[in-house]
Amino acid sequence: MLPRNLLLSASAAAALTLGACSDSSAAEAVTLSGSGASFPAPLYQTWFAEYGKSHPNRVNYTSKGSSGGKKDVIEGIVDFGASDSAMKDEEIAKVDRGIQLLPMTAGGVVLIYNLDNVRDLKLSRDSLAGIYLGEITKWNDDRIKADNAGVALPDVAIQPVYRADGSGTTFCFSNHLAAASQKWQSGPGAGESLNWPVGTGGKKNDGVAALVKQTPGAIGYVELSFAKTAGMPMASLQNKAGKFVAPSIANFQAALAGATLPANMRTFLPDPDGEQSYPIVTYTWILAYKSYPKAKLDAFKDAMRWCLTTGQGMSEKLGYVPLPEAVTSKVIAALDQLQAK
Amino acid sequence: MSTPSASLAQPPTAGERWMDLGLRRGAQALAVGVLVLLAAIVVEIGAVAAPAVRERGVDFLTSSTWDTNRDEFGILPHIWGTLYSSLLALLIGGTLGLAVAVFISQRFLPRRLELLLKNVVDLLAAIPSVVYGLWGIFFVIPAIRPFTAFLHEHLGFVPLFDERSPGPNMLASSLVLAIMVLPTMTAVSRDAIATVPRKLREAAFGLGATRWECILGVVLPTAATGVFGALVLAFGRALGETMALAMLLGNRNEFNVSLLAPGNTLAALIANTFPEAQDHERGVLMYAAIVLLSITLVVNMLGTAILVRSSRKAAGARP
Repeated sequence: MLPRNLLLSASAAAALTLGACSDSSAAEAVTLSGSGASFPAPLYQTWFAEYGKSHPNRVNYTSKGSSGGKKDVIEGIVDFGASDSAMKDEEIAKVDRGIQLLPMTAGGVVLIYNLDNVRDLKLSRDSLAGIYLGEITKWNDDRIKADNAGVALPDVAIQPVYRADGSGTTFCFSNHLAAASQKWQSGPGAGESLNWPVGTGGKKNDGVAALVKQTPGAIGYVELSFAKTAGMPMASLQNKAGKFVAPSIANFQAALAGATLPANMRTFLPDPDGEQSYPIVTYTWILAYKSYPKAKLDAFKDAMRWCLTTGQGMSEKLGYVPLPEAVTSKVIAALDQLQAK
Repeated sequence: MSTPSASLAQPPTAGERWMDLGLRRGAQALAVGVLVLLAAIVVEIGAVAAPAVRERGVDFLTSSTWDTNRDEFGILPHIWGTLYSSLLALLIGGTLGLAVAVFISQRFLPRRLELLLKNVVDLLAAIPSVVYGLWGIFFVIPAIRPFTAFLHEHLGFVPLFDERSPGPNMLASSLVLAIMVLPTMTAVSRDAIATVPRKLREAAFGLGATRWECILGVVLPTAATGVFGALVLAFGRALGETMALAMLLGNRNEFNVSLLAPGNTLAALIANTFPEAQDHERGVLMYAAIVLLSITLVVNMLGTAILVRSSRKAAGARP
């Protein structure tokens, strides 16, 4: 008899607590769900976790890729999406509630390589495209030698590594190559996945980093934070002004400073101007609906405003670019335009 | 006197009869459910794939370019990569697996050790394929690199070695895949060998056969159909493997016979491309999925049919 009584009272207590919990949460806390780009996912997840610690509302983010994020937004199964390739006008037209693009952060794509005793490798625009086009096959090729005067380059075959899965990182990288090289433009072109002329594919950023780390003579492109984690040397790239620029947050920022955000907040920087600009950078966007139910609207605005102000302070440590005040004020102004329905 | 037998001979109560009926119907429903599930999967994939199948037809199976930007899709390199890697894995894993099966079933070892070895091999099946993939990247590929360099340098004129990637390649993938099919191969062929009647073996020894003569001349030929079935099931296992190959084969959409070159498989292509695929690409990937499904289905049905036949034959041979 005793255990049964205990069980009964325990379950009654549990029911009471549960009831109490759901009552209070229905009154105050709102849960927002979003999905999309994996490129900024580490930053978004940190933001939303930190935000949740100091606010009653919760934001859940699923990293499933930019295409997935756009699809979810069009189907209306999330409260917001995220994409590295923004969203095309014809895609936006499919959404009755309208879409507001919100640039949240920016990042750069860096080239990591595996060569013993070669630090500070420099690659000209011509060499970089040549390597991925399969025209340059050895590290001691004359074109690479010309970029790196005084560096002993080994007689080793180049092993280019690309992303096997479709990704915003590939979009950003190929967008730059297409802008910098006529041959690339008419050959593989730009996109989230390409028909690569040479090389082998790794799965996700960490797959590429692992392949480069394990293969002598390999070169691959990843976002900055993965290069830092893998501890691989990164190549300096030649920008539009002809200068060789090392990948760093400051040089990413220089590239972004040259571009002004248009009214629809959609701008790509395939080949930024400026002497100090690192050439392969991109904004990444949150895809917001133009109208929300009242409670969700308030919660969404509050969370995004927090990310655009307090959150920007966490960007640099994770390898992303803190947006300058001039940009965030524009984004916040756009955020304020969202309507309750 | 008659009480115990009377109580035993009682007719089933209404409740027991209902239970019996319920059990039978329930089991039937679940069995049919499995078939319905398979049919639903085929119909679902088929519906998405149908426009791509109509539009692209056989061209899709015989062309080699995969270019999302130009809307050109062909899966010949992937069909080739799937079959090539699986056959190589079968060649290596099949031989090794059969050897292990003989070794742990023909009294080479004390009973306990046999059991231990059998369990160790079975445990290989419990290792997640992503772990095999990582092991491949960090151990197998670097370990065979000097060997592949040697082959390429001295035997580069042979098509099998004429193109080489020091990173991901077919040979490394097949070696890892061989270990992954080892448990299937060993477990099923060991069972087949166990069905060989003891009397046959004793008769062979009685005629003065050595242990090897007995194994090669009597045991293996008798178990041949079962061993063949094991090979086919192991082949089916290899065909469907996704993760390890996506990590080790290099995801290169290119037709290549060289053992040292990278390649791609159907399963890896689908897994890598699907999450970011645009609408038109989804249909094409579903078409590829149907091709993969057909290949594995045929291979597995073949394997099961052979096994059923062999166990019938073995049952018939028993005195």
